[in-house]
Amino acid sequence: MNIDDLEDLAAKYRTEQGDADLEVRVCVATACHSSGAPDVVDALNAAAEEPAADGEHSCRVKGVGCMGLCSVGPMVAVAEPGADLRESTLYREVAPDDAAEIMQHARKPGAGPVARLHCPSDQPFFARQRWVVRENSGIVDPDSFKGYVAVGGYAAMVQALTEMTPQEVINEVTTSGLRGRGGGGYPTGLKWSTVAKMPEGQKYVICNADEGDPGAFMDRAVLESDPHRLLEGMAIAAYAVGANKGYIYIRAEYPLAVERLKTAIRKAKRQGFLGNHICETQFNFDVEIRLGAGAFVCGEETALMASVEGGRGHPRPRPPYPAEYGLWGHPTLINNVETYANIAPIISNGGDWFAGIGTDKSKGTKVFALAGNIVNGGLIEVDMGMTLREIIFDIGGGIPDGKAFKAVQTGGPSGGCVPEAHLDMPVDYDSLKTLGTMMGSGGMIVMDDTANMVDVARFFMEFCMDESCGKCVPCRAGTQQMHGLLDRIAKAEATRADLELLEELCEVVQATSLCGLGQTAPNPVMSTLRYFRHEYEEKLG
Amino acid sequence: MQRPRPDLPSNDKRWKLVNATMRRNGYAGHALIEALHAVQDAFGFLDEEAMTFVADSLDLPLSKVYGVATFYHLFMLKPQGRHACVVCTGTACYIKGAGALIEGIEERFGAAPGETTEDKALSVLTARCVGACGLAPAVVVDGKVIGKLGPEAFCDRLAQEIAE
Repeated sequence: MNIDDLEDLAAKYRTEQGDADLEVRVCVATACHSSGAPDVVDALNAAAEEPAADGEHSCRVKGVGCMGLCSVGPMVAVAEPGADLRESTLYREVAPDDAAEIMQHARKPGAGPVARLHCPSDQPFFARQRWVVRENSGIVDPDSFKGYVAVGGYAAMVQALTEMTPQEVINEVTTSGLRGRGGGGYPTGLKWSTVAKMPEGQKYVICNADEGDPGAFMDRAVLESDPHRLLEGMAIAAYAVGANKGYIYIRAEYPLAVERLKTAIRKAKRQGFLGNHICETQFNFDVEIRLGAGAFVCGEETALMASVEGGRGHPRPRPPYPAEYGLWGHPTLINNVETYANIAPIISNGGDWFAGIGTDKSKGTKVFALAGNIVNGGLIEVDMGMTLREIIFDIGGGIPDGKAFKAVQTGGPSGGCVPEAHLDMPVDYDSLKTLGTMMGSGGMIVMDDTANMVDVARFFMEFCMDESCGKCVPCRAGTQQMHGLLDRIAKAEATRADLELLEELCEVVQATSLCGLGQTAPNPVMSTLRYFRHEYEEKLG
Repeated sequence: MQRPRPDLPSNDKRWKLVNATMRRNGYAGHALIEALHAVQDAFGFLDEEAMTFVADSLDLPLSKVYGVATFYHLFMLKPQGRHACVVCTGTACYIKGAGALIEGIEERFGAAPGETTEDKALSVLTARCVGACGLAPAVVVDGKVIGKLGPEAFCDRLAQEIAE
């Protein structure tokens, strides 16, 4: 199959969908799903069965992925086929009883939106975003293989397999400047070429979908909204590095994502887009899902591989890096969900196009999960380099209930808190590091002036203490001791010597722990000490 | 040398489900976590009989199976209640009052995280972020996410779910 054949196939699938004037799309990702989206789909379908009168628009109802504004779900979008979110009429907090009214307004030309449910799509939340990773999210039906192909899906894979050598694929990714979206920010092209340069033989690609940072749900949204996008990215990666087997390591806490991924793999295999002789080429690639079982440390790549091998999720020292000595000792490429989801557009549009987005050293866009004390909670995708202030106050809509902003926490338990004074810092890998925090996987928790920073630090330390795997002493004992000290400070039972000991422990644990979990566990303490030291000192006896 | 595969521990049909999962993975030792998930899905928890059966089937030492079962938070070694209530304690839920929810549940139902009520109706658990931060504070009751409720309203809802 070449690229023209795929275009014919996409055209055929588009015809099969039938020609409706408008699509009524209902978000069926987790947040909306649990707010009652399936009932809304049923009610809309029932309303759509009423035949349209002469001169009215015909409507088709479909379930789609995440539209981003998760705090006011279920979301419904009425749009022309192929239109994106900004070109849609959006509704918020839709109940099954609203279905008939929405359908009436959609059908009648010039009727306008239903005012009481309307959610303006020209507000900054939507207008300021740029969708690369999430371009299909909220538009395609995540359970439909045909729907994905119809919007141009798998074109990048077919192009790579039939028109490009593995080295050309890697060059394109290197040119793009893409950096790992799991938090570390390692250049993706470099990682790929390291694996590709290893001697021929058994190689693996792994997708790290063990999104453990509390307050982060970007990867879940990609998996639930556009699972084929991930499979396509993994297949291209496997072709580039010379692997024929892939594993997706996903948290068991995401049942809906697991289900959709399984469906996607099954359908892709049946259509010959995964498995042996993909699209009638010589390339074979098979993907298997591995379920996590609730261990945060398994997000660390060596621990993740130990878990895929069926053992306890213990990390091991690096080097050797997985690129040389990975799964069962074979060269292994590990990337995060969002990294793989960036690959298809890079191949289709070229690395130069991608490199034109973002800042000098951080290219492209980044998906963030906005949560906590913020008006517009949900998922956003913006260019790298947008300032925190723009993200929180323009897109996020600021702090609710008339409270004042106090800090934003990025990077989960490995990151830190950024206060008001630094909100004008552009968000990219390097500038966040200078603030004592990190990009992390993309969770942003906004806190208002009621938050107590010692409590916040203690919360994260408790998390790290619970999740420490116990293999190395600095992390196992250090997190325990630091938590004890923070607890005493929070209860106003500590002395100045305790605070000094806490600071010393931070340095020791950071310098001597085996893996990223321990090395970054002191970050929340260090960053809150840096910006909110007075809150600690107020509590000292 | 590969030992012969053990017989199913009893006529209980659920063992067949467990066995089917192991067979699908070619009785490979590296599919141990998959096998344990299958046991827990079928029986609700892992007891010694089940772990021994899995160990013998996959030709692994029991110590390894036990080591894996105790490492991961999701595996339960004790019987659970008929309903499971998992309170998310991720950052967003923490900010929005997950602590108050846990206290409220303990007060009303008499079970703290990790405990099961005396009548075996309800097990209370915590999770590190279920990824439903838009609905914070979120609780997963028997697989269904319930969000945005305060302690009182949530406990009423939970009582309703249990009664059904």
